[in-house]
Amino acid sequence: MDWFKVPRKVAKVSEDEKHVRTEGLWIKCEGCHQIIWRKDLEETLNCCPKCNRHFRIDALSRLKTLLDDEWIEHDRELSSTDPLGFVDAKPYRQRLASMQKALGMRDAIYSVEGKLAGRTVNVCSLELRFIGGSMGSVVGEKITRAVERSLATRNPLIIVSASGGARMQEGAVSLMQLGKICCALMRLDQAGVPFISVLTDPTTGGVTASFAMLGDLNIAEPGAQIGFAGPRVIEQTIRQKLPEGFQTAEFVLQHGFLDAVVKRSEMKSYIANALDFLSGPVGAQSQA
Amino acid sequence: MPDESTAHRIAELETAIATLQPDTIEARARLVELRAELGALRGEPVENPAWVRVKLARHVKRPHSLDYIHRLAPDFTEIHGDRCFGDDSAIVSGFGHLSGRPVMFVGQQKGHDTKQKLLRNFGMPKPEGYRKAMRAMEMAAKFKRPIITLLDTPGAYPGIDAEERGQAEAIAWNLREMARLGTPIIVVVIGEGGSGGALALGIGNRVYMLENSVYSVISPESCAAIIYRDASKGALAAEALRLTAPDLGRFGLIDGIVPEPLGGAQEDPAQTAANLLETLLLALDELSAMSPEQLIEDRYTRFRRMGNFFTE
Repeated sequence: MDWFKVPRKVAKVSEDEKHVRTEGLWIKCEGCHQIIWRKDLEETLNCCPKCNRHFRIDALSRLKTLLDDEWIEHDRELSSTDPLGFVDAKPYRQRLASMQKALGMRDAIYSVEGKLAGRTVNVCSLELRFIGGSMGSVVGEKITRAVERSLATRNPLIIVSASGGARMQEGAVSLMQLGKICCALMRLDQAGVPFISVLTDPTTGGVTASFAMLGDLNIAEPGAQIGFAGPRVIEQTIRQKLPEGFQTAEFVLQHGFLDAVVKRSEMKSYIANALDFLSGPVGAQSQA
Repeated sequence: MPDESTAHRIAELETAIATLQPDTIEARARLVELRAELGALRGEPVENPAWVRVKLARHVKRPHSLDYIHRLAPDFTEIHGDRCFGDDSAIVSGFGHLSGRPVMFVGQQKGHDTKQKLLRNFGMPKPEGYRKAMRAMEMAAKFKRPIITLLDTPGAYPGIDAEERGQAEAIAWNLREMARLGTPIIVVVIGEGGSGGALALGIGNRVYMLENSVYSVISPESCAAIIYRDASKGALAAEALRLTAPDLGRFGLIDGIVPEPLGGAQEDPAQTAANLLETLLLALDELSAMSPEQLIEDRYTRFRRMGNFFTE
């Protein structure tokens, strides 16, 4: 049977000499299907230079697009105790542990204090990759504490949403976080401290139905999916196809629930300008 | 053939069931457990207690908001419309006297027969329903009248028109604005407490659940569709979600459980309404002694401490 094993003469050329490795250098845009050089994409804050499609970015990159340089992270160690003892494909505890290891964070949110164009602000940024950016007891508590911090210091609050809604694995405990956060936002509203809600792709369910819709300004990124019920649930209920562009940021803007759709590259200056109006110029924050 | 020890245990269970006085909530929970064990020993198919409660909460004959409201306040006068878009029949609101005290009632309303179910949109409110509810509650606060809300919905309506008119915004708005009202608010889950659509009437100084009602972040069927990729495994998901009144009590999310007659509220609506009245009057007595500021503070404190299930 030896003739099947004729040794092939393979030239000993190392992979580097043979090929220019292109893997990961080029990315195909999901919007216009054009090929984009990754470096170009990084320079445009992960927005397609050709069609301006906004790619999803993680919570940490988000903070870098909004804040000046350094920031202090708050409540970093808060970690869920799995109140329900929930088990699905794998136990919730395990799911949490593997997420925490993979992403280097305890739950689906960063809560930080930093400077935005020279003004001290509190920013919460949701991490979609962490169980769909879902809100359980930890996310609820961290946002509530951020609201309380803004109440105490009168520094504006910015919450950047990227979430599928409340976290199923914590059941009614998750649901009550909607109430908890909104109660705290009532106090912030009464105190006249600015709250800006930034909605990114996707913002749905219990997150939209609580803090994300309660900003003094609700601002979204272009093309972001924003809604209450998921598209599949709606299709199953009404038994018909959804119209093109349904639940996009532009759709929600047109129906009157957003103040503006703002490009990622302009988000920081938009917020800085808005805060100038709401709180007065930097250094002269209103004490009213 | 069951062996001797099994036969012995069956006899024990039968005696225990026969002698158990089902007059407290704990005793009835025990009864359900004993019956489940007995059924299992006899090789009968058994259902888990959580799923039994889900089915009771959705029972076609279970009393709905108006059934209770008419019993609690025979002089009930309904008010309609959100002053903005329309009137949503999935939410009822209006005023009446509860044992001589003027109160505002707001509740999600389901129907008993097909015609009523369609009219009430199966108890699934649209944004105009939530805005009507808020208008009614703000009016009550303006005239210092206590508010009683009754929760009974599979969830807020998931449809194109509801999204267009801001379903999420309407719910979010209510959550924040209910926190601001300087009047007593008592919330009772009477059937299905379906997620944000239920909670939009649920920010109260006191939150109670009827014994066989459920309160959950997602319906058991939707949960099963996600975790088991099979919506028919609702019974399993119902257990995993911990959505019964005793469960929520253990998590510290509710203030009390209103007992139902044996077999469920539909067996004796009048008795259930009487139990409900007793709870409401006690709560009203406590709350009416508080100033508007104290009421707002009390409500805030309650919700602020909800769900402290984390380590630092």
